[in-house]
Amino acid sequence: MKKDSIKRTVLVALALCVVCSILVSTAVVVLRPQQDENRRIEQLKNILIAAGLYTQDSEVIGRYDETIRRIMIKLSSGQKAEDEVVAAGLSPERYDIKEAAQKTSSSESINAVDDLAGIKRRPKWVNVYLIVDAGQVRGVVLPVFGKGLWSTMYGFIALDIDLKTVSGFSFYEHGETPGLGGEVDNPRWKSLWPGKLLYDESNDYRLKVIKGKVDASKPEQKLYMVDGLSGATLTTRGVDNLLRYWLGEKGYAPFFARLRQGEFNEQ
Amino acid sequence: MSSKLRKVLLDPIFNNNPITLQVLGICSALAVTSKMETAIVMSLSVTLVVAFSNLAISAIRNYIPASIRIIVEMTIIASLVIVADQLIRAYFFEISKQLSVYVGLIITNCIIMGRAEAYALKNPPWQSFLDGFGNGLGYSFILISVAFVRELIGSGKLFGMTILAAKNDGGWYQPNGLFLVPASAFFLIGLMIWAFRTAKKEQVEEE
Repeated sequence: MKKDSIKRTVLVALALCVVCSILVSTAVVVLRPQQDENRRIEQLKNILIAAGLYTQDSEVIGRYDETIRRIMIKLSSGQKAEDEVVAAGLSPERYDIKEAAQKTSSSESINAVDDLAGIKRRPKWVNVYLIVDAGQVRGVVLPVFGKGLWSTMYGFIALDIDLKTVSGFSFYEHGETPGLGGEVDNPRWKSLWPGKLLYDESNDYRLKVIKGKVDASKPEQKLYMVDGLSGATLTTRGVDNLLRYWLGEKGYAPFFARLRQGEFNEQ
Repeated sequence: MSSKLRKVLLDPIFNNNPITLQVLGICSALAVTSKMETAIVMSLSVTLVVAFSNLAISAIRNYIPASIRIIVEMTIIASLVIVADQLIRAYFFEISKQLSVYVGLIITNCIIMGRAEAYALKNPPWQSFLDGFGNGLGYSFILISVAFVRELIGSGKLFGMTILAAKNDGGWYQPNGLFLVPASAFFLIGLMIWAFRTAKKEQVEEE
């Protein structure tokens, strides 16, 4: 058979395709469990970081099992929705808000006037995490996300059990400019958050990420305001807006109401 | 190892460097060099991919019909890159998030295609493997040098460890943000090409 004959060409192409596809699919199948596990641990780690309970990578699973209780809720009502999610064919354990927000079956659109976070659609359900210590609920970790300057920023905010005081805040995924908006990852900036109040006595949302530095001598600023990131006005505004959305009336308010009534105290 | 093989392996590092002399593979050299960690993983992946793609292509070089030569090379390279990408996602998860699409883009890295065309098609497997490995090392050398300068000046760190305490973290060093943007790698690579060609006059292109 000649090297360049049509038959020979087709044969070589076919043989090559078979060998390469076996190589590629073997790699994908063999490595998938490890990759899924990585993603799961990553998620648990982010929750622990926001809750201020993260110590080191090797302890993530243990710490999480000890201190965190996951609950699936329906956003619009704040009710437990474990069964509903299973009925919709999704796994609550492996639920991914990013994926859920993209599919029409598992998401709902947000009215343009309400859409402070700039996300257009939100998942119908989300996992929230109760921080449990000796059988007592000490706080809650909530997923939040919204548009920054370039990207949708995904993070977790942890609140004390009064549901007013921030105990931690951290983004786990964003594509903001390194060195400017990307400074949302700066530990110094993140350390400004714990202790800030979200609502005042009459339960109005008051938290604000301001331009420039907080003047600690003014109680108003010290309690409710956080320094903006210098050189990143739009990212800062995005952070402010997404928190305003998720922690406002249209966000987690129904869940907070139920949590206050003690609906989630029992296992 | 005979002196000829040693030349095949070591020449691409200084004498025939794929980035500074052949000016190939610039795109990834700009994208992943803001940190040492990503640069090293990227270097490792490219080195392995180019070595093994050269080996595989050279092994079947006498069977490849000329009419589908390029597509055969691409298929082999793409398969190897997917395997490398999957391995990184499984075992270097943190780094895989930073490298994101760039591992997949190794497929289009001109060095790999260039070596397959220029060397592996004409030489026996073992030499081709060394040639690929050497070119990978040459690429790695530039990538890691650029990353060293960029991470040190851009964020005052090396491998994520603080070397120069930055002002943002309460230190004295004002990081130079220019070095964090990809364009700075252009300047650095430009300076390196200049240095290489000043030291080795024979690399200067003729007018």
